[in-house]
Amino acid sequence: MHQYIVKRILLMIPTLFGAAVLVFFLMRMIPGDVCELRLAGTGSTFDPQALTLCQEELGLDEPMFVQFASWVGGFFVGDLGTSMWTNQPIVSEIALRFQVSLQIALMATVVSIVISIPMGIISAVKRNTWADYAVRAFSIAGIAMPSFWLGILIILGLLVTSQAWYGVPWMPPITYVPIWEDWKVNLSMLIWPALATGYRYSAVATRMTRSAMLEVLREDYVRTARAKGLIEKVIVNRHALKNALLPVVTVIGIEFAFLMGGLVVTEQVFNLNGLGKLFVESVSNHDYTMTQSLVMLVALIFVVTNFIVDLFYAWLDPRIRYS
Amino acid sequence: MATSELPANMPTNARTHRTAWQVFTRMARRQPLGVAGGFIVLLMIIMAVFADYIAPHDPTAMNYSAFAVAPGAEYWLGTDPLGRDVFSRIVYGARTALFVGFVSALIGGGAGLVLGVGSAYFGGLVDLIFQRVMDIFMSFPLIIMALAMVAIFGTGTDKVIVAITIPFVPRCARVVRSSALAVREMPYVDAARSIGYSHSRIILRHMVPNVMAPFLIMITAFVGQAILLEASLSYLGLGVQEPTPAWGLMLQGGAELYAESAPWIAVFPGLAITLAVFGFNLFGDAVRDTLDPRLRSQ
Amino acid sequence: MSSGLKTFAASVAVTAALALGLGGAMAAETPKKGGVLKFVVPDEPPSFDGHRETTFALIHPIAPFYSLLAKVNPENSSDPTDIICDLCTEMPKATDGGKTFTFKLRQGVTFEDGSPLDAKDVKATFDKIIFPAEGVSSARKAYFVMVDSVEAPDASTVVFKLKYPSSAFIPALAMPFNFIYDDAKLAQDMHWYEKNVLGSGPFQKFERQAGAFIKGTASPNYYEKGKPYLDGIEAIFAKKESLRVQAIRGDRAAIEFRGFPPQSRDDLVKALGKDITVQESDWNCVLLITPNHRKKPFDDVRVRRALTLAVDRWGGSEYLSKIAIVKTVGGIAFPKHPLAATKAELEQLAGYWPDLAKSREEAKKLLKEAGIPDGFKFTLNNRAVDQPYKIVGTWLIDQWKQIGLAVDQQVQPTGPFYDTLRKKQDFDVSIDFNCQSIVNPLLDVSKFISAERSGSQYGGYEDAEVDKLFDAMNQTDDTAEQRKLMRRMEQIVLDEKALGFITMWWYRIIPHRSYVKGWNVSPSHYLNQDLANVWLDQ
Repeated sequence: MHQYIVKRILLMIPTLFGAAVLVFFLMRMIPGDVCELRLAGTGSTFDPQALTLCQEELGLDEPMFVQFASWVGGFFVGDLGTSMWTNQPIVSEIALRFQVSLQIALMATVVSIVISIPMGIISAVKRNTWADYAVRAFSIAGIAMPSFWLGILIILGLLVTSQAWYGVPWMPPITYVPIWEDWKVNLSMLIWPALATGYRYSAVATRMTRSAMLEVLREDYVRTARAKGLIEKVIVNRHALKNALLPVVTVIGIEFAFLMGGLVVTEQVFNLNGLGKLFVESVSNHDYTMTQSLVMLVALIFVVTNFIVDLFYAWLDPRIRYS
Repeated sequence: MATSELPANMPTNARTHRTAWQVFTRMARRQPLGVAGGFIVLLMIIMAVFADYIAPHDPTAMNYSAFAVAPGAEYWLGTDPLGRDVFSRIVYGARTALFVGFVSALIGGGAGLVLGVGSAYFGGLVDLIFQRVMDIFMSFPLIIMALAMVAIFGTGTDKVIVAITIPFVPRCARVVRSSALAVREMPYVDAARSIGYSHSRIILRHMVPNVMAPFLIMITAFVGQAILLEASLSYLGLGVQEPTPAWGLMLQGGAELYAESAPWIAVFPGLAITLAVFGFNLFGDAVRDTLDPRLRSQ
Repeated sequence: MSSGLKTFAASVAVTAALALGLGGAMAAETPKKGGVLKFVVPDEPPSFDGHRETTFALIHPIAPFYSLLAKVNPENSSDPTDIICDLCTEMPKATDGGKTFTFKLRQGVTFEDGSPLDAKDVKATFDKIIFPAEGVSSARKAYFVMVDSVEAPDASTVVFKLKYPSSAFIPALAMPFNFIYDDAKLAQDMHWYEKNVLGSGPFQKFERQAGAFIKGTASPNYYEKGKPYLDGIEAIFAKKESLRVQAIRGDRAAIEFRGFPPQSRDDLVKALGKDITVQESDWNCVLLITPNHRKKPFDDVRVRRALTLAVDRWGGSEYLSKIAIVKTVGGIAFPKHPLAATKAELEQLAGYWPDLAKSREEAKKLLKEAGIPDGFKFTLNNRAVDQPYKIVGTWLIDQWKQIGLAVDQQVQPTGPFYDTLRKKQDFDVSIDFNCQSIVNPLLDVSKFISAERSGSQYGGYEDAEVDKLFDAMNQTDDTAEQRKLMRRMEQIVLDEKALGFITMWWYRIIPHRSYVKGWNVSPSHYLNQDLANVWLDQ
């Protein structure tokens, strides 16, 4: 097992390095640069010297490999550098957004569990009945709706219904307050995107719960339990669910990792100051250093999550370790 | 997803026709949702193919005296802020959506198929390196990858397809590879190798047909995802461009501002996207249930 | 309700609101003290140094922390030529044949940290802007080409010496980016102000949460007694336009200072009635059509003229002003400025003729002469921003369809869009824009002089005649002469040589919560933003 863990950790290195190379050159392939955008992007006349100067200040005039080396070098000593757009340290720029994204991801995951597990069970137990079809249609509708469309409908719905009921239009707060400072404001802002996202992501987990349950329900020990005359509810709760949960947990774990960096569109709709919004802004601002750090962060989350999932499976199934 | 039962279910080319028919009839009987999905998909395809006959107006013609007109006899689903017929744009939008959806799913899935099977077949160092490369691409958030691609290649239908296709490749390759790994161990592959068949022949004739099930499942899922991804890119202002009729584009900018006073501008294209993706997903699920033996009951 | 009726109802409501707004201002209510003004801003500023940045995203949150030497009159902000003192005591008359301006400064003004603000600080500030040292970036150096030197003979006097008399000087001086910095801080580190905020403006105690907001608190030592009226300000960053509109509606913010599309105005008025006040103004921003002179067939003046002749500006103004933030038909100078063309003058120019049919006939004839076949295809390069770029772009394509041109639109994010204009230079025809802070047409039209000199003229032409006219009107303070030269330049650029074109000028619509008082709309979203006069009626 130890050997397997060490091997897996070593395999992370080329992936992370590859992601670093990829994002570094990908960003530089996008036409235009941060200085041009800063000066020309607003449509007013500007001094051409200011452009050259800005590029020199940011080190954009240096050869690519020098830029790459200094960036990767900084990584090893824990120095992520400063954002090319705001000039502020990247660590402090990311920290706050990370907090927002983490909370949304957690809340959305909870919502998704609350929706998917009971639904998946109903769907499996009542397989091929109208209840099964209804559950599946409901959960697939979630994944089929464009997230921004759902978001727009939610905000508009809140504004219109609150005005109709209370006479004053209400919308969720648009600035983030940490939950320990004011939980009411915090939750009244984050609950909506969490609901929208959680519903959306419940589709996969519902399907997984359903198929895992179906499989487990066919296992011998469940048949035995059934033969012993145990009532269906007990079978489902005590025997089947526990064993069906493992793959479901895995799916939810992987989704959680995805949610950390992937809520690009939802964050735009609800004005959430999270990693996804920062991601889009840094890509469109040509903020190389920021995008690079964000990609590395997301890649790290991805790699570590995969590592944990693999470890989990290896622990369950010894064959994997030796292959 | 790797399963040793797969080859037994889809054995040789000779019997594929009958199996396909059986697959279809079984689906129709056992998968009412899947059939509903298939029906929606068919409707979309008809809309896309016969757009010229179905649409009552030119989708790009602006009527300067009919801004954001409510649905009625002249404009069935109303007009948008530029005075264009929403219904006609939705009908022609199906063409764009399906084109983007199918082309990127087929190219992305096809490339993933070849790479995945190849990687599994050759194994060893090739597989190791290949897997790392796929990991790298997978570790990028899908939408960010697409965003960067659009920024590099520019916008427009063809470029959006490229942007959507690239992130699909590793996702398909990964699933196909895990199925192919199981197939590689099958005796008939060993046999083929020992006879001295070329790599390409073994890959194409023996391995590819046997990983068709997960491949088809991935493809149907991709079409829906591609339609959604195109809509999201358009929403961020980076998708297909005006005046091309496209659903995502119809939802962007103006539609949001008009969401309350002229809801038809945002509601109908949103419904079109939802319905199309819904259809493809239902259909895809049915394909999965039919092809994936683990889920087959009894 | 039919859409026509609805529009009518909305416009009545807006007019009513407008009247209310103006009435309110005229009644001169006594300002109340207190409250925090929350406003939404579409973007976050890159650095905090006004001298090096060009975006309004810097002005909105940062300007309240600083003073200027001179500024537009906040009480009469719609008049682009009304410039008054901020830190100076009286707007000076030019001496020395129009070449010397002597400013007297207010006494007893201090920076937030208590250090006094005197002539040395003003000199250090303008030296940084006009004569930046090696390694210091100044975005608007070019606006001060007429300045020879800045002197501070004593603690309360600043003297600007010009190379030649120029009417462009005073507006340039009053640009909202010219924050007065502390010379001691600048002596220490020329880049200090990029990451720090320390001014003498109505607000202080700068506080920032990355990506979320910038906050400030009223300064107790502000030199205008009794001001600011507000306790504080909070600039909230919100990228999506629809969300900013909703924020006003849900009262998460009271105002947005850039401008909303007409539809959002109508929706807000409809939903909130008298709780919304609408202020509107012509806007010193304009979308241009830039044909690429380096590329065939756009090197042919006949083809370029045909492009402008096809465009129905008068009709378009009517249509587009209902759906986009554009409205006013104008020439190369800001329409409400004394130097701008009158309607009669405009109607003489190609593309502004009152007879559209005749104009399009002429366009077709020119295309034919130039050997352009019917259905000729080219691509319009545009920026991936909805308002008003994509709307105007889509409309233009339809206009060109009328003379038999089949135009595609290539829409790019801002970065690649500028790269195409500035580096690749491979476009056919592009949308471009010019958006200035203070209304200063003499310099603003530098967008049309030779590419070599302009730095922001992307059509790629050189034209000595235009350059000569530009120089001549900048080196005089005779308004009648300037006007004559401006007309001639306009005629050459838009008509005779068809170098580049104006589509329509933007139109600024600010629907805000009615409790926001003391803020008056101006022709630019960069102007009148120190917020010293703003108060909340709550």
